[in-house]
Amino acid sequence: MTTPHVKTTEGFRRITIDPVTRLEGHGKIEIFLDRDGAVADCYFQVPELRGFEKFCEGRPVEELPRITSRICGVCPEAHMMASAKACDAVYKVTLPLTAKLLRELQYNIFYVTDHTTHFYALAAPDFVMGPKSDPAARNIIGVVSKVGLQVGGQVIKCRQWGHEAAAIFGGKPVNPVNAIPGGMSKPITAAERDRLREIVDFMVEFANFTLKLFSDVVLGNDYYLDLVLNGPYRLETYSMGLVDDRNRVNFYDGKVRVVDPEGRELCKYSPADYTKVVAERVEPWTYLKFPYLKQVGWKGLVDGKDSGVYRATPQSRLNAADGMSTPGAQAAYEEYFEKLTGDRSGKRPVHHTLAIHWARLIELLNAAERAQELLRHPEITHPENYRVLPTATPSEGVGIVEAPRGTLTHHYVTDEKGIVRKVNLIVGTTNNHAAICMSIKQAAQGLIRKGEEVTEGLLNMIEMAFRAYDPCFGCATHNLPGRMPMWVRVHDADGTVVSERRR
Amino acid sequence: MAETHAVQRSSMAPAEAWEPRIIAFLCYWCSYTGADNAGTARLKYPPNVDIIRVMCSGRIDPEFVTTAFAHGADGVMVLGCHIGDCHYIAGNHKTMARMPLLKRTLVDLGMEPERFVHEWVSAAEGEKFARLVRDVTEQVRRLGPLDWPQRLVQRGVGTGMGREAWGH
Amino acid sequence: MNANTESMARTGKLKIGMYWAASCGGCDISLLEIGPHILELAAAADVVLWPCAADFKYRDVAAYPDQYIDLCFFNGGVRNSEQEEIARLLRRKSKTLVAYGACATDGGIPALANTTTVESIFAASYLDSPSLDNPARVQPQPITACEFGELQIPHFYRHVLRLADIVEVDYQIPGCPPQAERVWTAILALVAGELPARNRAVKVACTDKAVCDECPREKRKVRIKEFRRPHQALAEPGWCLLEQGFICMGPATRSGCGALCINANLPCRGCYGPSGAVTDQGVAMIGALGSILDASTEERARELIDQIVDPVGTFYRFTMASSDLRGSR
Repeated sequence: MTTPHVKTTEGFRRITIDPVTRLEGHGKIEIFLDRDGAVADCYFQVPELRGFEKFCEGRPVEELPRITSRICGVCPEAHMMASAKACDAVYKVTLPLTAKLLRELQYNIFYVTDHTTHFYALAAPDFVMGPKSDPAARNIIGVVSKVGLQVGGQVIKCRQWGHEAAAIFGGKPVNPVNAIPGGMSKPITAAERDRLREIVDFMVEFANFTLKLFSDVVLGNDYYLDLVLNGPYRLETYSMGLVDDRNRVNFYDGKVRVVDPEGRELCKYSPADYTKVVAERVEPWTYLKFPYLKQVGWKGLVDGKDSGVYRATPQSRLNAADGMSTPGAQAAYEEYFEKLTGDRSGKRPVHHTLAIHWARLIELLNAAERAQELLRHPEITHPENYRVLPTATPSEGVGIVEAPRGTLTHHYVTDEKGIVRKVNLIVGTTNNHAAICMSIKQAAQGLIRKGEEVTEGLLNMIEMAFRAYDPCFGCATHNLPGRMPMWVRVHDADGTVVSERRR
Repeated sequence: MAETHAVQRSSMAPAEAWEPRIIAFLCYWCSYTGADNAGTARLKYPPNVDIIRVMCSGRIDPEFVTTAFAHGADGVMVLGCHIGDCHYIAGNHKTMARMPLLKRTLVDLGMEPERFVHEWVSAAEGEKFARLVRDVTEQVRRLGPLDWPQRLVQRGVGTGMGREAWGH
Repeated sequence: MNANTESMARTGKLKIGMYWAASCGGCDISLLEIGPHILELAAAADVVLWPCAADFKYRDVAAYPDQYIDLCFFNGGVRNSEQEEIARLLRRKSKTLVAYGACATDGGIPALANTTTVESIFAASYLDSPSLDNPARVQPQPITACEFGELQIPHFYRHVLRLADIVEVDYQIPGCPPQAERVWTAILALVAGELPARNRAVKVACTDKAVCDECPREKRKVRIKEFRRPHQALAEPGWCLLEQGFICMGPATRSGCGALCINANLPCRGCYGPSGAVTDQGVAMIGALGSILDASTEERARELIDQIVDPVGTFYRFTMASSDLRGSR
């Protein structure tokens, strides 16, 4: 938007998409076309930042779950849980069983709400209305008009009930507050458990309905299926996700597993070891950093086994795991891998970017089924074991959960009174920044043909390349770059400065 | 905040001409009487303190202090009756709790602690009043101008001009 | 006008917009919390801007006639040049502009960045973090030259600002995020023109009283004997948290939320901003706390005050940008 004075090199034409839409957060895309109208290059830039890592210093660590939940109002529970786990580690406290059950239960119900919101409000318009349909109608309201109020009503109900559940646990439907060091701030009563059962039973039905809808509307449509399988939306990267002790997908707890583009395990690490595996690079044209795998090394914005670029998305979680922990989701997992790789065991990873939407819905079912299981546990309503009081001297801790958009790491260092000294966050979408840049460029190069008009619909199909990731740039850009002297540097692919000038 | 009432630094002469501007909130029964007595006794003290009289130090809302700083005061004083002597029995009990907490907050916001002084001055303590004014004026003079309104302009508060210059 | 606006003008429906600046997206989600009412809203109004959920771009908005948008919600604080530009653009293009949520109204949690410097925030992210690989000490730049042209990102202000610091605001809806039921009532009133005079940033979808008014816990009118942090002790159910020594911002916070956090057994942290005519929430809380300590000597008062941790981050958590001092020195 604010680029009236930005220069474009002679002989090239620039197309700007600003802002990107149907996601959480801010971003813009700059596409450069050469004289023939072919794509010379494409940049995805994130223009926003706020500074959480710095302004959390000086805060009491037990307040961080409530503060960091404001990194993102779409996935506040993700930050709240990662933060609470980091606080547990800071205070070296072990949660009683009921507290663990409640955390995982609340988190899985949140997953259903969040994945539902993304699919229906942010992603579905492209598939239900059509990627090149009238932009004025290409949104949730258009979708509801097209699929009918009955279906629309179910979507609203799922979200409504999901937020009711959030409020049962943590007071507020958006930014619930209840995860604290040592557990939760309140238990659930038998009556609340019964209401949650009603909510979750509906969510399982709704999840199955949504998978069927996807199958009918997307997989059953030749054009979309072709787009998913053969369109310019495929990157062969490493995959990252949390797994339990049986290497099944778990959103709340476990170890982080990374597999290579062929599905072989590269490593499996505990939260405290995250800095041994992941490092972050900086580019001058975006505020967001680029995490990569240290073992493999940074080779630039390229995919493949020799590049440290990795993805942390629902698809990556399914790739990194050996299966799902609940029966309906496991069946859906097998069908997904069968269709996309020919091998229902899931040994071979899926790399089709648009298929992330499908993986997301499998997770939606898994989360609802897992919540059903947890609600059956007799200890879930225990009136006392929902928390313990920490007694150890606080110092340092790391907490990791899978945010809907990717592996989320909170790392805190405190003084002996539990006042925060230092915070480091690697947030869901940040993991995917390199891949998102690459996906957008790939789509631009694949869709923009020399001599053909670049229509609004075509630009939207380029945006579809990032929408599959369900990006949350508010999350990703929690940090602030600070003051920027007015000078520029040009880097080559290794990060070496090739030229520098001051304005 | 009513920015229109900020002290107009731009109209002042260069730095050498700066004089500390200190606002003092005094309670009627003890500290104001004490200040009055300093006057009748012709005790010498600098003219940098502007006195605002309230009936009781318990009337002093911490907001008076922050407003004074935000509008350009270089120092603020809050004076009241000694504990046990409050004309309204326990008004100064509130003051004795509020002012230290306010001071901690101001210090955490980067203000030098010497700029905000909270003391008890009785009706008979004209000498103490004069001494306080001399000491606080000198402390603040050594610290230099606070000029919080200018700080706010530099940070970009206020409409229009100056914002383009930041971030570079 | 472009094709979008032409087709909408024909329908004669209300035009509404929602924009996010330095925001977390929670306010956008909170608007969805009006639940089934969203269908009523969709029947009566056309969305003409909502980057979260709809594909209108900046150039579409720039092409709208002035005052085209009947009701525009702006959430998030203003912390960079792009956000200021859009705030001004939306003021021109909107009949009614509403600051929606704590960030647009008071700065919100991102305004805690006003207590530190842009340089140190910079260092924490790009120079000094345990997972960083940045030996060349690269930093984001407002303009970067690439082979094909210049790449631009907005330049950052040294300060988080509220919407009302940039443009005239008609109404403000406080809360982090605002609670849906009251928001819906406010939308109905706004559309029907039943709200008080505009252009004075009147706060709506809330009450004038403090959270204590909505809090169901019993106030025993006892003084505070000891301060404790929420994870250090179990609170007695049903009894005022502040009286038990857990700092609760209720007395200094506007109500309208239904005291939701307190119902989750945690104290209020002040997200609705100051109540009544108060403008600086932090000093209001300091004043309130000073009145209710169980102390009759200065030593005892100091002892209690020393138990309070992080006054700045607790008393100004959501309202640093509307406080008297606005931030650190």
